[in-house]
Amino acid sequence: MFKSMLTASEDQRADIAILVDGKTIRARAGESLATALLNAGVVPLRHTPVSGSPRAPFCLMGVCFDCLVEVDGRQNVQSCMVQVHAGMQVRLPDGARHVGDPA
Amino acid sequence: MISTDIDTLVIGGGVVGMSIAYGLSKAGERVLVLDEGDDAFRAARGNFGLVWVQGKGEERPDYARWSMASVLRWSSFAQELTAANGIDLELQQIGGLQFFLDEDELRAYVRKLENLRAAVGDYPFEVLDPVALKQLSPHIGPEVVGAVYGPRDGHVSPLRLLRSLVQRFHTLGGILRNGVRCEQIDHRADRFHVQAGGQEYVAGKLVLAAGLGNRTLGPMVGLHAPVAPNRGQVLVTERMQPFLRHPSGHVRQTGEGVVQIGDSKEDVGFDDRTSIDQLAHIAHRARKYFPLLDGANVVRTWGALRVMTPDGFPIYEESRQCPGAFLVTCHSGITLAAMHAGPLADWIRGAAEPAAISTFKAERFHVQVHADGQ
Amino acid sequence: MMAPTHDLIIIGAGPAGMSAALHAAALGLKTLLLDEQSHPGGQIYRNVTQVPPKVAAVLGPDYRHGRGLAERLQQCGVDYRSGALVWEITEDLVVTFQQDERSSRVRARQIIAATGAMERPSPVPGWTLPGVLNAGAAQIAMKTSASVPQGPVVLAGAGPLLLLVACQLLEAGAEVAAVVQTAPRENLRRALRHLPAALGAPHYLIKGLKMLWRLRRAGVPLYQGASELRIEGQHQVQQVQFNIGPQRHTLAAKVVLLHHGVVPNTQLSRQLRLDHQWDAINLCWTPVVDEGGQSSLPGLRIAGDGAAIAGARAAEPAGVIAAAHAALAVGKIDAPTCAASVREAQAERDRHLRIRPFLDALYRPPQWLAQPPDEAIVCRCEEVTAGQIREMARLGCQGPNQTKFFSRCGMGPCQGRMCGLTVTQMLAQALHKSPEEVGAYHIRTPLKPIALASLAALADTEPLAPE
Repeated sequence: MFKSMLTASEDQRADIAILVDGKTIRARAGESLATALLNAGVVPLRHTPVSGSPRAPFCLMGVCFDCLVEVDGRQNVQSCMVQVHAGMQVRLPDGARHVGDPA
Repeated sequence: MISTDIDTLVIGGGVVGMSIAYGLSKAGERVLVLDEGDDAFRAARGNFGLVWVQGKGEERPDYARWSMASVLRWSSFAQELTAANGIDLELQQIGGLQFFLDEDELRAYVRKLENLRAAVGDYPFEVLDPVALKQLSPHIGPEVVGAVYGPRDGHVSPLRLLRSLVQRFHTLGGILRNGVRCEQIDHRADRFHVQAGGQEYVAGKLVLAAGLGNRTLGPMVGLHAPVAPNRGQVLVTERMQPFLRHPSGHVRQTGEGVVQIGDSKEDVGFDDRTSIDQLAHIAHRARKYFPLLDGANVVRTWGALRVMTPDGFPIYEESRQCPGAFLVTCHSGITLAAMHAGPLADWIRGAAEPAAISTFKAERFHVQVHADGQ
Repeated sequence: MMAPTHDLIIIGAGPAGMSAALHAAALGLKTLLLDEQSHPGGQIYRNVTQVPPKVAAVLGPDYRHGRGLAERLQQCGVDYRSGALVWEITEDLVVTFQQDERSSRVRARQIIAATGAMERPSPVPGWTLPGVLNAGAAQIAMKTSASVPQGPVVLAGAGPLLLLVACQLLEAGAEVAAVVQTAPRENLRRALRHLPAALGAPHYLIKGLKMLWRLRRAGVPLYQGASELRIEGQHQVQQVQFNIGPQRHTLAAKVVLLHHGVVPNTQLSRQLRLDHQWDAINLCWTPVVDEGGQSSLPGLRIAGDGAAIAGARAAEPAGVIAAAHAALAVGKIDAPTCAASVREAQAERDRHLRIRPFLDALYRPPQWLAQPPDEAIVCRCEEVTAGQIREMARLGCQGPNQTKFFSRCGMGPCQGRMCGLTVTQMLAQALHKSPEEVGAYHIRTPLKPIALASLAALADTEPLAPE
């Protein structure tokens, strides 16, 4: 859905890899997770807990809460407020916070 | 403008007022409800939605009986509403749990329930050790030393309940005047004249169900309503997958998947704000009950003002100075909604007073009341 | 009662916050600056210290101006905490914030809230579809990621940012298919009354004209006076529809960027129950503040777009003024020093305010924006439609809080940021009341969702008094 506006030679940022639902996605050091996902065409980002409707980032500034994903085990993190790091593990939400098995 | 074709005026459009108004309308009365505006305190909005009998009324078995009767009646009360307007109240009556982190507290509580059972008779409950508790509530935390299961306890959505009552009341021809404050009530020639929002309303019967507002309204018709606010702070999480079927006084999961967490009892006057110290304490306790809540995001908190009499028990009283004026106050408006819509509404219409409530009069607080408002 | 840990706490490192911090440091105040982002700049100067040169070039000198501020901030000796999310402030000025998943409390004798603005929500049918973003979001994507939407991109709305982003996207190589302007035609007539004052700030006007010319020269279709805007698609955006007069237009689109101006972000000021007033021109709430930014809560000042929309260049002097008054209030400087300190800032601020009446009139949102059709989602979090809100008004809800209770509108994680203004205006129309009579949502702690464990960790180990 989004793409880089820089050519390879113009882009001095380190190229890193993150995992999204187990798949490797390429990203650039310093960018927000939300834009990395938009650049990789990860759409929709999630399905809502209310009706299962597809959503993707809307405001990119932390007020709309539509860009929520699971980051390194923490659920419902605003991906627009988080910077990518190499090896980041992302899971895309399908509805409400999942609970897991009893201990 | 004077309205003269009203049978009963109800002051207060919360759960208590609307349950009674619904009951009266269903029986064919022409009812008008006066309700304040968007900013009113509204215990109806702040509560935990419990339909609960466990642990109530230790010093007063009548209250336990009244609560028990309501709980047993709740299912048909809900079904009747849902059949009429399709709104699912999300009523769950599969039982409720009271959790304990301390053995002594658990033992003291069990003794309390045994006393209640001795006084009331039909009073089922079961003490669960951690193993039995885990069967019932698999995500319970390791620090919980035990729980008491009350098979008749449950919960409902307070939002859906109030919306359903309002909607049904409209369909039955009831009139709801919102955004008005009751300024003055006079009793002349067997009629009550209520001034509110620049208009006068007249009816033969009057029900004061205005929560904390009853304190000033009561004396206008010879009734004493020594109610004061008691704050309970509540936290609410984001929606979660279902993991908790049984409600408790401190944690419950709603039909939407949201987890509601409480509770406190503070005498802070008319202050509905929250305090970090109390919220942290509530959160700290909830984590012990359900460790999986650690990462759950708290989306909102609030302070709800309970309407408390000095002993915590209701007042259901008809004015002697101004017959036809009724005072109704309690802090369990959700649990008691079924009785309020049923036997209490019948009593207001002239039927016999339910036995269980005959002692819930203001005179137990040892005051003299005069019609001129003390 | 917690003893103050600082003279001054500033919340927000946008232009107002950075400027306030710099001035406070210069005046010798022990200052703490808390900002949610990882780098200073707020939204307008987001990532300004890190952007690649090409992006800085596209974003232009106005954006690059922020770099100076951010660089001076990092050298001025202020206690600056990034990644710090403020989630509560109390009446006695205790600030609770979270950093690295741990919450802490600090207190100061003076607080400056510089939390800025957000884009006004545009609740048109289909606005929740993947592929619909705010125009400002596209700008943020450029700033934080050097990325642009893949086309065709249609921009729709009203406001200088709409044209600015369209131009920036063009320059960055995006496929800008059209700009659909929704400002009603009569706005221009009303705006012309303010033209004489606006001519006192000619560079703003020239900038606007240049943008229009740039778009026309690139052959980007520009529509005026659009209405009945709706966005359609199966699982993401496929097309946009709108009316120009009686004519219905349909444009294919992969991304739709909406913008109807910016409004003060009042979450913090509402949580504190400060006095607010309704701005009938800009159709938003503003906190009531005096010349020194002092709100209705003594010690709590508001500076920048969080007080009233005036733009980044007006926010800087606003920060200076607030810091000076805070220094006066704690006795660090005397009144004559304060007056001298703010004189230049006030003049600068006044210069940048000259354009506002003209812009506010020209870009006033169309009436239909706040009265969406029944099927449009108003509350994005809880998926409550405009029709459901109208139903709540019919049921007797007198304001947003009753409406929230009955419909769940406003109960989601954004706590009313996306739906609040729409709900107030819809209820005002349905109930024939003014927005001021209708009121706004009660905003509660936490300002943003906080994990239960983080909240629990603030409990001291002593049990509280028995219940």
